[in-house]
Amino acid sequence: MNEKNISILVQRQRSTRRAATIFLAPVAILMMVYIFYPIISTFITSTYKWNGISAAKEMTGLENWITLIKDTSFWIAFKNNLVIMVLSIVIQIPLGLALATFLDFGKKKLTIFKVIWFIPLLMSSVAIGFLFTYALATNGGMISTISKFFGGGNIDLLGNPKTALLTVIAIICWQFTPFYMVYFMAAFTNIPYDVFEAARIDGATRGQYFWRIALPLLVPSMKSAAILSMVGSLKYFDLIYVMTGGGPGTSTELMATYMYKQSFKTFNMGYGSAVAGGMFILITMVALITMKLLNGKKQEV
Amino acid sequence: MERTIDKNADRTVDRTMDTIRKNKIKKVVYWGIAFVLAVFWLLVSSLPFVFMVMNSFKEKFEMLVSGVFSLPAALNLNNYKEVLIGNFGSYFLNSVIVLAVSLILLLFIAACASYPLARFRFKLAAPIYALIVACMSIPIHITLIPVFKMSQSAGLYDSIWALIGPYVAFGIPISVFILTSFMQQIPREIEESAEIDGCNKFQMFFQMILPLSKSGLATLAIYNGVNMWNEFSFAYTLTQSSENRTLPLAVWEFQGQYSMNTPMIMAVLTLSLLPMIIMFILFQDKLVKGMTAGAVKG
Repeated sequence: MNEKNISILVQRQRSTRRAATIFLAPVAILMMVYIFYPIISTFITSTYKWNGISAAKEMTGLENWITLIKDTSFWIAFKNNLVIMVLSIVIQIPLGLALATFLDFGKKKLTIFKVIWFIPLLMSSVAIGFLFTYALATNGGMISTISKFFGGGNIDLLGNPKTALLTVIAIICWQFTPFYMVYFMAAFTNIPYDVFEAARIDGATRGQYFWRIALPLLVPSMKSAAILSMVGSLKYFDLIYVMTGGGPGTSTELMATYMYKQSFKTFNMGYGSAVAGGMFILITMVALITMKLLNGKKQEV
Repeated sequence: MERTIDKNADRTVDRTMDTIRKNKIKKVVYWGIAFVLAVFWLLVSSLPFVFMVMNSFKEKFEMLVSGVFSLPAALNLNNYKEVLIGNFGSYFLNSVIVLAVSLILLLFIAACASYPLARFRFKLAAPIYALIVACMSIPIHITLIPVFKMSQSAGLYDSIWALIGPYVAFGIPISVFILTSFMQQIPREIEESAEIDGCNKFQMFFQMILPLSKSGLATLAIYNGVNMWNEFSFAYTLTQSSENRTLPLAVWEFQGQYSMNTPMIMAVLTLSLLPMIIMFILFQDKLVKGMTAGAVKG
């Protein structure tokens, strides 16, 4: 009796395992071919000097990596990524939260605001890049026209190394703030209505409800929004590649644009792979550190 | 004695009336400030679009002469005509094909993988799930060179079919993440009763789990669909000739052709945004929900 049960159990386990293998096989194959193998391959290519076309590959060991560590352009790019990351979090999340709060207070009456605020998120980064390249053109662009209206001269925001990065960040915020807005709107609706009602019965004003009750309840949502924004900022590519190509100089260079230019413009595939590898390591490190920090805090509470 | 009490009472009444009035004024002022800021952000969000649409109707030199904020002299559709006569249609069609094939493959494959991860009990379920989900933060740029080489040696380079593999693969982590938590919420009793009826795991998946996951799949279709529709890096790297490129690159190609003709570019941009706007009008709430699907607490 007992033995029979055990054998049935073993059989079931075996059939479960077989079914699991079949169900997981397609994902396993695709991820191996398009994610895991390429990561390994990139690290291998990074030890060669290779232009990507000719069969001649020269094994150079760690030379590319040593160059990378000494390459100020790469570190400037990383610093730019960090600036984008910090400013994105500092601007987009509070702004998104403010917009969401406004919509939450106004309920249905303010739908028109919601609809128009959302539109930038519908456009592709490439299209936004082109739109703003023209909208911010020095001659006859929007900003120059407004500045002339107030008696100023033409303004070249993207061509000036001092303002280019900040301008690009402003555009990134313009694009992604709606994302955090709808994200926080969802978070607001996740707060049970009872909580709001109880607070009102106790005589709390709307403002008090927001600052003392809703905001603390939104902290976990803000944390995950920050993680999202962070990982996104470190991978950023499309918009900047289209608008400035990393320039003027290295003022808007990012790790991804630098990698792309090294690999597909100057055809230093070996060195481009090292840049990609460095980018991968840095992003993983930053992501792990922040997650640890945020989770560590959670445990204290 | 009584009088002082009266006076005190009066005073407190006065005071409460005062605070109520003050609170009311405060409320109006706060709302006023909030409203002004809201309108300001409304202008900031919409002005670039006004700029885009308005100028797309202008003649090439009209914009230079009359300035960017003037209304177009006439509702001139020539720019749109020229763009549509060019190969805008082929970019659009390429995008639709890539989107349809990748999305169907992705949703099916991700559902297959999520089912055992959500419902089976086996030792490796947790580590496999963790490994897949960890891939969410991987930058696509680390795979760009090898994928480029693979596409070349597989003879897929410069065709829209080269895009499907990477699009599906990079959609997997988030899709498995969301679908697994979705499938975990399906009550166990359903499965148990089906098992008693003699359903095996595959019948169960196709007849019970897949239909029950419909709303999760819909959310994912929107989330991944929007990303694929707007994807740039792979499309730019893996295709070369303009007849094999997708919509985000249409703007790029037209830009090379008409770089000095701003109104024409604005027409291209307006046209490329149009499908998304139509989707937004038709499925507003679903689209909003789908686009934030990636933001579930991690």
